[in-house]
Amino acid sequence: MLSVDLLSNALVAGVLLGGFYAAVAIGLAISFGQLDIVNIAHPAFVILGSYVAWKLNSTLGFDPVLVGVLAAPLFFLIGVAMYRIYYAAFERTGQESLSGLAFFFGIMFIIEVGIMLVYGVDYRLVSAGYIGKSVHLGPVGIPFRMLVPFTTALVMTGGIWLYLSRTFMGRAILAVAQDPLALQLMGADPVRIKQFAFGLAIATTSIAGSLLIIIGPVEPSIGRDYIGRVFAIVVLGGMGSISGMFIAAMILGVVESVVSTFAGPSWAPAVAFGVLLLTLALRPSGLFGRR
Amino acid sequence: MMKRRSFMRASLASGVIALAAATGSLVSFSAQAAKPIKIGFSMALSGGLAGAGKAALIAMEIWKDDINKKGGLLGRQVEFVYYDDATSPSTVPGIYTKLLDVDKVDLVVSSYGTNEISPAMPIVMRKKLVFPSLFGLAVNDQFHYNRYFQIMPAGPEPKLDWSKGFFELASEQHPKPESVAIIAADSDFALAAAAGAKENAKKFGFKIVYDKTYPPGTPDFTPIVRAIQAAQPDLVFVASYPPGSVGIVKAAREVGLKAKMFGGGMVGLQFAGIQKNLGPMLDNIVNYHFWVPAKTLNFPGINEFLKKYEEAAKGKGVDPLGQYLPPYAYAYMQVLGHAVEATHGLDQAKLAAYMHKHTFNTVVGKVKFGKNGEWAQTRMLMTQFRNVKPNDLDQFRKEGTQVVLYPRQWKSGKMVYPFSK
Repeated sequence: MLSVDLLSNALVAGVLLGGFYAAVAIGLAISFGQLDIVNIAHPAFVILGSYVAWKLNSTLGFDPVLVGVLAAPLFFLIGVAMYRIYYAAFERTGQESLSGLAFFFGIMFIIEVGIMLVYGVDYRLVSAGYIGKSVHLGPVGIPFRMLVPFTTALVMTGGIWLYLSRTFMGRAILAVAQDPLALQLMGADPVRIKQFAFGLAIATTSIAGSLLIIIGPVEPSIGRDYIGRVFAIVVLGGMGSISGMFIAAMILGVVESVVSTFAGPSWAPAVAFGVLLLTLALRPSGLFGRR
Repeated sequence: MMKRRSFMRASLASGVIALAAATGSLVSFSAQAAKPIKIGFSMALSGGLAGAGKAALIAMEIWKDDINKKGGLLGRQVEFVYYDDATSPSTVPGIYTKLLDVDKVDLVVSSYGTNEISPAMPIVMRKKLVFPSLFGLAVNDQFHYNRYFQIMPAGPEPKLDWSKGFFELASEQHPKPESVAIIAADSDFALAAAAGAKENAKKFGFKIVYDKTYPPGTPDFTPIVRAIQAAQPDLVFVASYPPGSVGIVKAAREVGLKAKMFGGGMVGLQFAGIQKNLGPMLDNIVNYHFWVPAKTLNFPGINEFLKKYEEAAKGKGVDPLGQYLPPYAYAYMQVLGHAVEATHGLDQAKLAAYMHKHTFNTVVGKVKFGKNGEWAQTRMLMTQFRNVKPNDLDQFRKEGTQVVLYPRQWKSGKMVYPFSK
């Protein structure tokens, strides 16, 4: 059953899937990896992004990715507001570990129930000219349904990586992740920087949600399927490393795809999480984590 | 005089007592008459199966309103007591315990789906209750409970009957296809359907060249479909839930799956929203269904029910057409209602005996239960999508977009073969 055609298709499908995983995980790499905020509601925000994309696609015919980009500033503001509440209620008083986790659990349920009450529980899908079509490069077939999310994820990850490494605010976010006290001594306000960074993390879920609904149907609670995966990607990549997160997403995507093709799909999560455990055993701080 | 006085006192006292007793029993009788019949159940109103669960609830509420307008059951109004099981089987035993011990319901019916029905069985069995159930696949194979009545028309051997039509149709083609790939979701229902498909494949002489399961939450099915394609099967039998069904159909079109028959047990391809979105991608897929608009399936009351359902479903974010589950959710309440009226009471043994013995006229046609509580005769329809137009919901209200191929008794058209021309 092992053929070059099948293997090359599996590898390409894995890379495309990895790109999508990166889009979903990048916000968590910022909030959990850099800001140390266990935002368990992250996938629920992704689903919220999917519903915004669905609503504007089904009523106005807007392309889902375009909707994701247009809605990102609104999600940014939601993220900023949410961090203000989180900071005032938990972080400032040092209760963020357990109470903060409960807070984000609550947010997750509120989002799910809110979507359910407003839009119901039926599966939602989007229409776009490229869904269902493929491009062929020799024996390798590339579905646009996966190529569009991959390209968008690549641009988004590259953009955020450049922003964090080249701009003053980006470097301040990296600094607040390392030593907030030192940053304060330099005259910067760590709370404002974390607030901005958390807003950025939530803004990415708007785009990730639009990519998710391009790939398949969504319903209000489908985000829970992604909780384990996205946290695993962030940990595997190394807490706080955007490039590490991207490579980890690629590894997970490729491993899942190759195992699905050659050993059977039910083995895919087991092998993928086996890779995670093995990596953490050898490198406890993840692939690109700070030691 | 004293004697007379005593006698009068005694008479008065006994009269008062008799009057009080009579009044008391009258009060008690009228209270009994006014007391509604409570029917309890759990339902998936959130979580993965909520789309179907909410649609089922709408249908059940329509039945309740219909029956109460006619004066209720046994002259008593019908009331529902229900809780959201959040599509989580672990919540179900607690819900049924509460319904029976705290809410003191008179009757129970099941939630929607195999995974939610099984956990209720031990509770219901302990109390020896009649248990009309909604779309459980082969649940009673494990329990052998003689008061279980399943409304889905799977038939006396549900595991086998579920996919029998698919394989029987395939075996009638010339030249006869030789091989089959089976892919199933890793969950109770899909595994049972796949197990039946494997038995049918052997029975009809097809070689199984691919037999795998996929975990829930699989986002991309392209590698799976490519692996199936590489095995070069003539037939592809899929047992999946809605996200998987949509993903597999899209991946099959993108990869250009070359199979002679494709479909079988895909849940979701019966839902109007998914049908509308997939549009022409559905063409020639042969898949199970329980009801489609066809002259052969024009049962008394079905169109009136669907009209009411469409009206009630507006703005509730559920399947707008409701052709799949809602008629059966209405029908299992009809069956229970008929049995209560016919036995003139709520005696569970009498109800069970009556339900085993009689045929029920419902909006999904005549229902007769077999010994194991499944339909005595299967009516698992195999239907084929034809010339589906993009983004057109209305086409699914009309005859012709889905043609009934099997069983022959209900056939409304011939099969287009092969799937990939």
